[in-house]
Amino acid sequence: MKCQLCGKPATVHLTEIINDQMTELHLCEACAKKKGIAGMGQPFGLQDLLAGLVDFGAPAASGNTKVLKCENCKMTYDDFRKIGRLGCSQCYETFKESLVPLLKKVHGSLQHLGKGPQRDDEGFQVKKKLQNLHLKLQKAIQNEAFEEAAKLRDKIKKLEKES
Amino acid sequence: MTLDDLLKQTSGWLKGTGPHSDIVISSRVRLARNIEKMIFPDWATDPQLESTLAIIEPVVREVDEIKNKGLFLAIKDATNVEKQLMVERHLISRELIAKKEGRAVAINSDESVSIMINEEDHMRIQVLLPGFALEECWNKIENIDNRLEKKLNIAFSVKLGYLTACPTNTGTGMRASAMLHLPALVMTKQINRVVQAIVKLGLTVRGLFGEGTEATGNFFQISNQVSLGRSEHEIIDNITRILNQVFEYEQNARQVLKTKDKSNLEDQVWRAYGILKNAHIISSVETIKLLSNVRLGFDMGLIKGLARETINELFILTQPAHLQKLEAKALTAHQRDVKRAQLIREKIK
Repeated sequence: MKCQLCGKPATVHLTEIINDQMTELHLCEACAKKKGIAGMGQPFGLQDLLAGLVDFGAPAASGNTKVLKCENCKMTYDDFRKIGRLGCSQCYETFKESLVPLLKKVHGSLQHLGKGPQRDDEGFQVKKKLQNLHLKLQKAIQNEAFEEAAKLRDKIKKLEKES
Repeated sequence: MTLDDLLKQTSGWLKGTGPHSDIVISSRVRLARNIEKMIFPDWATDPQLESTLAIIEPVVREVDEIKNKGLFLAIKDATNVEKQLMVERHLISRELIAKKEGRAVAINSDESVSIMINEEDHMRIQVLLPGFALEECWNKIENIDNRLEKKLNIAFSVKLGYLTACPTNTGTGMRASAMLHLPALVMTKQINRVVQAIVKLGLTVRGLFGEGTEATGNFFQISNQVSLGRSEHEIIDNITRILNQVFEYEQNARQVLKTKDKSNLEDQVWRAYGILKNAHIISSVETIKLLSNVRLGFDMGLIKGLARETINELFILTQPAHLQKLEAKALTAHQRDVKRAQLIREKIK
């Protein structure tokens, strides 16, 4: 077996299972060391595994992401692949195309269902309401509750017009 | 409060109280929070880190828990031993002290609340309580989080939730965990099966000192893996349901040891007690292993006349930085082993 990074014989093999999805890494000693995975006696964190996931498992910079650079923090997608952490909150928007599949892979879902900042501004509240309606609509369609779905669709249209 | 005051008190989470305290040492919930558009710590320059700190510091200082007898400390003002001391008390992570500029921590008086600034995220808020008390941790941390959010422009998207430096924390930004003591499952060789099952159910298992550490002394830290697509309550409910099962397995294993392997169990417990009571040189690894056996003996009613708090406290007091802070000077490894044995003898005579 050859190292997935440089093609030399691979001596370090790592299997990681996240949400039933298996990712395998095969690296030579030198590349494993670079990734911080060498010498399994050394503790390594989730970050290293994630960097691995970004590199091999999931999005190898799809579409335009490759050349994109975050306007706010100047991070490129390549930088992110290297360090496994984003540069700022705007990176989520900049690298959306590649990040969305990654998030889906890590969490198995793409819709936040927890708490949010208690902001008072109206725009934020409307956005939140719309999200909830969309979610309900999806469920209604799944359950083939078409009458309810039609009602929800009307509500969404109305709210979108108003805002 | 100062750092020296910490040494005079037992951390609240080590009190040995709370639900299931015969198995659960402590419960912890942490939230990752960032300021919109400010550069995340790992990608930021020192001046950028300082400016993020300048935004957060005044707000954190005004949080009641910190204002009332709490502590706010810039990492660059702490000595190496002091930094290590806070790590040993589970107040900060190793990552926070790896660099100096722009890093800070706020701690409340009973050490149940700590807020790290500029660790992996701009803020890492933690609530740590004794026993199995995730629900209580959540209520406390939600309250603090809500107050911070009123004054800070937190990075949040309606769809993806809280935006964090690492995509593994996106969403709730929450990690809920419990530190379990599972000696009977280890002794009866069932632990691997239990750990495998826990991992299959989407939880993570780590050692006594968090990420990247091995499980020593039969201690296992169990936490949620997924942070997006589930509400905070769902995540906590899920962990609670799984852990209640684990508690049952451990209790059953303890009963099996008591009925089928009594002399072996008693031998392990009393042998550990004997060594701790009499040793004059002892390493930290051996200490944790033996203390684990003594704790099991106490929890099963074999050892009496010791307080659980004393045993718990020894796990932390015998760590290198604590020993050096107690002695108020740097100690070599050998000197620490001697001092450690002396301290244990004093505490459990």
